[in-house]
Amino acid sequence: MGNITLKQVTKNFDGHEVIKPLDLSIDNGEFVVFVGPSGCGKSTMLRMIAGLEDVSSGTIEIDGQDATETPPAKRGLAMVFQSYALYPHMSVRSNIAFPLKRAKMDESLIQDKVTKVAETLNLTPYLDRRPGQLSGGQRQRVAIGRAIVREPAAFLFDEPLSNLDAALRVNMRLEISQLHKDLGTTMIYVTHDQVEAMTMADKIVVFNAGHIEQVGSPMELYRNPVNKFVAGFIGSPKMNFIEVSESVNGTQVDCLGVRPEHLELSDTEGKWKGKVGVLEHLGSDTFLHVDIPGVAKLTVRADGNCAYEYGDDVFVSPVTEHVHYFDNSGRAVKTA
Amino acid sequence: MRQSQLLRQKIVYSILAWAVGIAIFFPILWTVITSFKTELEAVATEPSFLMFDWTLENYSTVFNESRYFAHFWNSVVISIGSSLLGLLIAIPAAWAMAFVPNKRTKDVLMWMLSTKMLPPVGVLVPIYLLFRDFDLLDTKLGLVIVMTLINLPIMIWMLYTYFREIPSEVLEAARMDGATIGSEIVHVLLPIALPGIASTLLLNIILSWNEAFWTLILTAAKAAPLTAFIASYSSPEGLFYAKLSAASTLAIAPILIIGWFSQKQLVRGLTFGAVK
Amino acid sequence: MATTSSRFLGRIMISPAVALLLVWMLVPLAMTIYFSFQNYNLLMPGMQEFIGWMNYEFFLTDPAFTESFFNTLQLVCGVLFITIIGGTAIAVLLDQAIVGRNIVRILVLAPFFVMPTVSALVWKNMFMNPVNGLFAHMFTTLGFEPFDFLSQAPLASIILIVSWQWLPFAALILLTAIQSLDQEQLEAAELDGAGPMARFYYIVVPHLSRAITAVVLIETIFLLSVFAEILVTTNGGPGYASTNITYLIYSQSLLDFDVGAGSAGGIVAVIIANVVAVFLMRMIGKNLEK
Repeated sequence: MGNITLKQVTKNFDGHEVIKPLDLSIDNGEFVVFVGPSGCGKSTMLRMIAGLEDVSSGTIEIDGQDATETPPAKRGLAMVFQSYALYPHMSVRSNIAFPLKRAKMDESLIQDKVTKVAETLNLTPYLDRRPGQLSGGQRQRVAIGRAIVREPAAFLFDEPLSNLDAALRVNMRLEISQLHKDLGTTMIYVTHDQVEAMTMADKIVVFNAGHIEQVGSPMELYRNPVNKFVAGFIGSPKMNFIEVSESVNGTQVDCLGVRPEHLELSDTEGKWKGKVGVLEHLGSDTFLHVDIPGVAKLTVRADGNCAYEYGDDVFVSPVTEHVHYFDNSGRAVKTA
Repeated sequence: MRQSQLLRQKIVYSILAWAVGIAIFFPILWTVITSFKTELEAVATEPSFLMFDWTLENYSTVFNESRYFAHFWNSVVISIGSSLLGLLIAIPAAWAMAFVPNKRTKDVLMWMLSTKMLPPVGVLVPIYLLFRDFDLLDTKLGLVIVMTLINLPIMIWMLYTYFREIPSEVLEAARMDGATIGSEIVHVLLPIALPGIASTLLLNIILSWNEAFWTLILTAAKAAPLTAFIASYSSPEGLFYAKLSAASTLAIAPILIIGWFSQKQLVRGLTFGAVK
Repeated sequence: MATTSSRFLGRIMISPAVALLLVWMLVPLAMTIYFSFQNYNLLMPGMQEFIGWMNYEFFLTDPAFTESFFNTLQLVCGVLFITIIGGTAIAVLLDQAIVGRNIVRILVLAPFFVMPTVSALVWKNMFMNPVNGLFAHMFTTLGFEPFDFLSQAPLASIILIVSWQWLPFAALILLTAIQSLDQEQLEAAELDGAGPMARFYYIVVPHLSRAITAVVLIETIFLLSVFAEILVTTNGGPGYASTNITYLIYSQSLLDFDVGAGSAGGIVAVIIANVVAVFLMRMIGKNLEK
């Protein structure tokens, strides 16, 4: 089982409130991603769940039991660290066996489990090497192996892919998702990368400045961000924001938001007239940076065969049903 | 053309460096050579470098006439004893400061260091009187205590700088993996920090082996380590050059060897991490 | 960043070290301060009484203090001068591509591991002795009168001996500093148009100055307390010609048994050392913040 419930959890460092009172419930088997800019409190929250940090107030329940005061070793959680945190003086085999040894498990049983985990993660040829002799991706796998061998109630991942190069990161992302499907164990995954959040999560928790901005499935956050912060954070390239002064459904709005993929281009007519700036050809898509004098610089997604060139005049219009409005405090205003 | 210029430069620098190196090393070399001479050759009007009758007689004299082994043993007990005792106290302290630092950690470290800067004469009288009153004068135990205390700040400091290079995530991983603080230190921290711990140990053995203030003041015949024993050659035995040389060679040889092994770590330890 | 329980444990783990050092520092120091206001001579037990600042007055107005103060100053400055200049030269030399660099490095480093009593006696007897010393042989071979180093220039001779012991330290630290200089920084400066002189002045010198400061401060701490070298060579003489403050206090306390005056001297030495220590600590503290 792996239900985790946070009730009014806070964290203070030297009188500075790092986590504001926070409630969150994580269901068994869910893949939850904590995402947010650096310093938003997401890692601190994960470490509090792990028991590596005290909570200043509030409670953490694991499977319905108050675990707020439980030492990390007794929480039944496993963690994969950003730096992998492998034991450099031990072989891969001993690294993976370490948690079982600490649990005083029978030696032959330990060897069985280690062998099995090594097979799952394709680590068998490396069992007798030291972490220093492995590549980044292999080290990452050892760290995961050390976590899964314990069969924990939940896995905690602290930015596990940020030390890998781009190609490997995509691979590992898939492997971790596959692992989640295979094991069906609760996973809490911290990242600052919204692409990882979108691609892996069942549920995304967007952190900002020590509180939760929004909780929801990736598509919910994409479609209905509750505020300007979430709207800007989720989606790539970022949503375009344009200052306006209008009234929508009787509410004064200050800002209109529209994603690059929800802007249409035309040579002849449209809402805004501008000039094409830099073009980024990705092959499948083209991103155009269009300068609308007096309005904003907009990023527009067009298809890969886009024929515009630097300096062309162009009209840009938003797709009405995908336009977001925000009031002066940044809250989203419902259009319908 | 450029190649040959570089080569010439290398030759000039090499000769110069070797000349300087040999000049600096010469007093030690001369001591070693003299230790194999007879007393007569040692004071000969025409000193010879290699063309003399090599003899081991001085070494046997040193062994037979003096209580050389007793003093050597005192040095061993005092330096190794104080270094091990120091480690026992310093490792937990360095662990605490490196991995559970708080607002005062820096001040505590600086304060510890400041005790090292207290000149020994500032506490000479009370230490002497306390040792007299507690019957610690001329005992190995007394010197082990003093050596441990005077070197403790350096040990803590060195270990602290080594521990700080170990990512705390590794220790946290151990904690997550079900290790108690004890097994976290024994199974994870100590093996990883082993090179650092070893060089801390070696540097402290060197420092206490060569310490020549308290050893001279607090010992007489019984507990005197080699520093004090050699000082007794001051006069008139010092005029027996060959014997002095043999005793000196034996006294410095072990530490010279340890020192050469740990020269890289020496810099860090002696500058309190200010130069790496 | 940690939990309450690990913080608590941390406090327990550090307390033996803190307690020991606290006792080691405070108890004797308090006793020294107490004795320094007492008329207390070990040869006259039972005559102990409070005499205010008399000991300080006695110690500071004693001509021996003035002499040993300046001896200490000369000893420290002389050794610093020789070791810094020599050490820098050796460090620069050893940084070049030379044949057998590691062996030369070992040769240069060796004197640092020689115990003070050995180096002092070897120099005293086998080099500086006016009859049988190697220097005397050299002088006579070259047609000069042998020079009795330790009686005619006792302080300079001790400076020579101590410099020999500390030269390796300075050389080793400065060499480490030179080698830790970031080559990319030099290359960047070269690309920015800095000539060899400008590079040396703006990059190498500031980089080395840190290490030189460290050497100066650390050596000073140790050099203020030079003792064994004096004890086995000159016993501070002739007269007070080679007595430094450390040796003066030693002879007053344990040779003349004047605990009061010795303690007052000890406190004076502590104050002098503290002036140096403050600068050293500030430097190390700055380094700690990085």
